[in-house]
Amino acid sequence: MSKLEYVRKMALMGDEAVAYAVKQADVDVIAAYPITPQTIIVERLSKYVADGELNASFIQAESEHSALSICIGSALAGARTFTSTASQGLALMHEVLYIASSMRAPIVMAIANRALNSPLNIHCDHSDIMGARDTGWIHLFANNVQQAYDLTLMAFKISEDPDLLIPVSVNLDGFILTHSIEPLEVLLDEEVHQFIPHEPYPHEIDFGNPLAYGVMALPDTYMEFKRQFQEAMLKVPEVFHKTTREFYTISGRTYKSLTSYFTEDAEAVVIALGSTVETLKYVARKFREKNIKVGVLGLTMYRPFPEKEIVKVLENVRCIAVLDRAYSYGGVGGPLYTDILASLYKNGMKPIVADFVYGLGGRDFKLTDSEEIFRKMMKAIECNGFERDIYWWGVKE
Amino acid sequence: MAEVDVKKIARGDFTWRSLPLAAMIKVPTSLEYKTSDWRIEKPEIDQSKCIKCLLCWIYCPDMSIKRLDEGRVEVDYDFCKGCGICAEVCPTKAIKMVEE
Ligand code: SF4
Ligand code: SF4
Repeated sequence: MSKLEYVRKMALMGDEAVAYAVKQADVDVIAAYPITPQTIIVERLSKYVADGELNASFIQAESEHSALSICIGSALAGARTFTSTASQGLALMHEVLYIASSMRAPIVMAIANRALNSPLNIHCDHSDIMGARDTGWIHLFANNVQQAYDLTLMAFKISEDPDLLIPVSVNLDGFILTHSIEPLEVLLDEEVHQFIPHEPYPHEIDFGNPLAYGVMALPDTYMEFKRQFQEAMLKVPEVFHKTTREFYTISGRTYKSLTSYFTEDAEAVVIALGSTVETLKYVARKFREKNIKVGVLGLTMYRPFPEKEIVKVLENVRCIAVLDRAYSYGGVGGPLYTDILASLYKNGMKPIVADFVYGLGGRDFKLTDSEEIFRKMMKAIECNGFERDIYWWGVKE
Repeated sequence: MAEVDVKKIARGDFTWRSLPLAAMIKVPTSLEYKTSDWRIEKPEIDQSKCIKCLLCWIYCPDMSIKRLDEGRVEVDYDFCKGCGICAEVCPTKAIKMVEE
């Protein structure tokens, strides 16, 4: 094996892969507070800094609220900034999430998706990120460790794009990805440096030429600032695609806002986020071998929501199962389900749709679960409908 | 950052497209952005009763009591929000809140 090949292949846990990407991104500031299952990310980073492998300020804050507040100051001062959290930590950051995005602070945050208390639970679900869904961040989801690494690198480029200056969250399923060792291909440091060179923040804090940041806007101006922000969000897909194209040229790996698997001629499509997409893909392949026309749609970019691309994929699909690893209690259904329903309605489409709430608090989603859902969908096509609109999948009744 | 005419914004002469990015504005600007239009009652000072104790000046949460020569005080109606604290603390009842 040549030396080149050797350094390109690694076996890392999801958390380690993220930390490695952050090191290669040569960040200037890391401000964080440790929380399971993210802890390994900041542990590795603090070690890189202590060992002199990464020249950055590592700031251990007294809480997540402070960690993200530090990140805002650091990003506006022009430093490349990273933080990481999960679950309760993300909840504690909540008000600062809005401030970071609306002050246009380019920050990359890895979120090791985990359930929220109570009952106390440290395992995977998407309740944390769904609570932060509308905070004006770009939300990306990794399906595997390779993607967690790749998306972390791309997140810096997207976040720091001068047309955006919007913080990005990279979501990876707690334990399922954060603590699983997978083989991955990494880029060389020089390739990363060329891909994401350090560019100055265009509105950098400058004592010689000061600006007022985070000023007050009364009812006469506030709404215009929000409209302005939405306009920036509309530019995200273009920047995302530009970034993924460039990433392809150095890595050979293709990324789109959606992962479409066997969807072209599918009668039934399952839609999901995160590592479950991999499980579904495996099972879909088995079904295809038996000529059963199922497909899988994963969202790599969840916010901004790729509505147009999604309805295009679903155009001729008769039956849809949406998998939600979070729930809107007392609401219409899970968050992904309501997004999909709204997109279908807006585009005049009326396929058979049901919501499958699954995997809360880390309950395993097995190959057999996936098989059963595919079979339910085929039956729903025969019967022209599911037996119900919302399934609490695998709950002991 | 392009120069932003804060006076234009203060006059309401703007759209979401012309506003500075994320409200990052060259300082000092808050003097141009008047914040008093939500006032329902305004304080009026009866100078003949004022003993120049400056309690109103100390207590006003919006720095809207201006100190003039010889300890005289005056209300800055561009920023006074009409909370009535000055009237409350005035020991001689020199300040009265009157409807706008
Ligand atoms: S009413 Fe309130 S804001 Fe106005 S001058 Fe008096 S204390 Fe200040
Ligand atoms: S508190 Fe009353 S008496 Fe004292 S300075 Fe103000 S207006 Fe004059």
